[in-house]
Amino acid sequence: MSDFQIVVCGSLVPDPLQTLEPLSGATAPSLKNEMMLPTILDPWAAHALYEAANLAKKNQGSKIYLVSLGPKGKLQQLMMSVAQKVGFELIAIDGSASGFTEPYEVSEVLASAIKSIPNLDMSKLLLFGGCSSASRDAGVTMQLVAERLGISDFFLGVDELIIEQDGKLTFKERVEAGQYLVSTCSAPPVAVGWSTGTLPVPPNNPQLGMMNMRGVLPALQKAKSVKVSAEGVAYSKVEQPSQRRDTRIVKDTPVETIVQELVEWLRS
Amino acid sequence: MEKLLLLLHTEDDGSLRRQSLEALTSAKETAEKIGADFYLGIVGNGAKKSTELIGNCGAKSFAVLEGNDFSVPRYSTDKSAALALIKHFAATVVIAPNTSRWARALPGATFQAGGRIDTRVTGIATDGGIQIQRWYYRQRMLATLSRTQRPWVILIESGIFKAWEKVSVQVNVEEVSAELKPEMKRTESKGYENASGGEQTIKPDAPILFVAGAGYMKKQSDGKTHVKEAEELIKKFLKLSGASLGSSKSLVEAASEGAEVISIMTHMNQVGQTGSTPRHQKGLSTCCHGEEPHVIGWRFINERRAVNTDPNCGWAQGKTDVLYVADAFEVMTKLNEKWGQKWGQA
Repeated sequence: MSDFQIVVCGSLVPDPLQTLEPLSGATAPSLKNEMMLPTILDPWAAHALYEAANLAKKNQGSKIYLVSLGPKGKLQQLMMSVAQKVGFELIAIDGSASGFTEPYEVSEVLASAIKSIPNLDMSKLLLFGGCSSASRDAGVTMQLVAERLGISDFFLGVDELIIEQDGKLTFKERVEAGQYLVSTCSAPPVAVGWSTGTLPVPPNNPQLGMMNMRGVLPALQKAKSVKVSAEGVAYSKVEQPSQRRDTRIVKDTPVETIVQELVEWLRS
Repeated sequence: MEKLLLLLHTEDDGSLRRQSLEALTSAKETAEKIGADFYLGIVGNGAKKSTELIGNCGAKSFAVLEGNDFSVPRYSTDKSAALALIKHFAATVVIAPNTSRWARALPGATFQAGGRIDTRVTGIATDGGIQIQRWYYRQRMLATLSRTQRPWVILIESGIFKAWEKVSVQVNVEEVSAELKPEMKRTESKGYENASGGEQTIKPDAPILFVAGAGYMKKQSDGKTHVKEAEELIKKFLKLSGASLGSSKSLVEAASEGAEVISIMTHMNQVGQTGSTPRHQKGLSTCCHGEEPHVIGWRFINERRAVNTDPNCGWAQGKTDVLYVADAFEVMTKLNEKWGQKWGQA
């Protein structure tokens, strides 16, 4: 068994059930009522956090850091729920969590925060994050953070990480056509962009939440303010797709008629 | 003037996938419209041979990087190979297919080249320079943007451009080398495995997407669940129609919650907010009641129909073309019978 230092990068995104409306801004677009929108921990980053907790549980002495960039007030609200799921030490950075910011700039902020972790041991480092965010949905930030930290092994779309008896790490990465690419890396440090993984969402544990919040609140108080934008990017248009379809509802119809219609449509 | 590089990789067997040929069309069209020189670089097993298969593409010059170190996907070596080709051509714009291999490695190569990258690009416009279109907030917003930084690496989604018609032409191909440090070989590929234990249910090129929802797990009109029966119906339909299988989040998550499950279903089948957004001509959804998160998974399905028992579900609200209010078990049973009698297996 090894003791790992697991750094999870993850921030907040608008609740997927919210209707989002873009607003144009001087430098980059934003969302209407962005600060009022209910938020959740980015879904893939959340899976990365749950996988980290599972790994830490199986490997005594491991420690989890959650590095989160977002508006301080919103992060505090988010942590009230996230802190009840798994144990971690928060490293908060006060700045924009907008999807319209540039991953190059975001990665610089995240890498700098990770470098500032006291006694960070690169030989034990597992850098975790989502395979992409539910805001920018680019899937590039983790590679950029890895590059800035000098990590040369990166795995994208991971559903499973197995720590072998000899300490090697085996990854299953999603690739095309429902397949996994299976690879083995000799040792940390590695960077991982998680897909949904294999674990269910942990139940809320209020006791754990209270314990976590003792560290979360001071971390939020000392959160460094940063400016992340989209230098060099010019957004000429941001629009919502028109999605309304004229749905024909077929009811009180014999199954045979429905099947006939479906077959004709599917074969046309 | 821009120097446009089309960056491709071969498959493990040395072939070029359809998505690469689509990226070729996009690169050629873009280069012509902006008056840029167009170059072609290919990485991977059999790269040199594959270059000749598309020798009719009109690239100004061709370069490849092949050999054992580049025959299978690996972040460090793929990054290094891509970087070597970008530097070799001094490319200012790089177009590449948004495959899992390039999505993994090109962000790192772009960083090393001092450039910027955009992934999952769904359109390129050329009015007054290059502008790209891509989605934000999981297909809830479409943005058009341009960049000043170079090199600008653009990963094109599949199904946007027509695949290039291959014509074999003998061409001069340069062989480029990449710097490989020992630490770049810490990761070893162990091959591939099917996510769903042998049965291949995800077929990106299939014309039909068949989506099964959590309704299949619920008690039916007789007060009992019929999960195994549902599995057989789904498997039979997939076999007959050749459709690709998708699933709602709740159905795939039932497995991790210990419920009786449809064995061919994994997280890889999931469409929607934390799943995929596949591209197919037609989509048939059964026993699904998802609203906005589910629609995200269907954003790029052209013709949509749904079967479920609730006329007021999210799908009835302008998201699907036809909603059949019926028992999906009955419909699928008869549909399989009818299909089998009339056409047999697809």
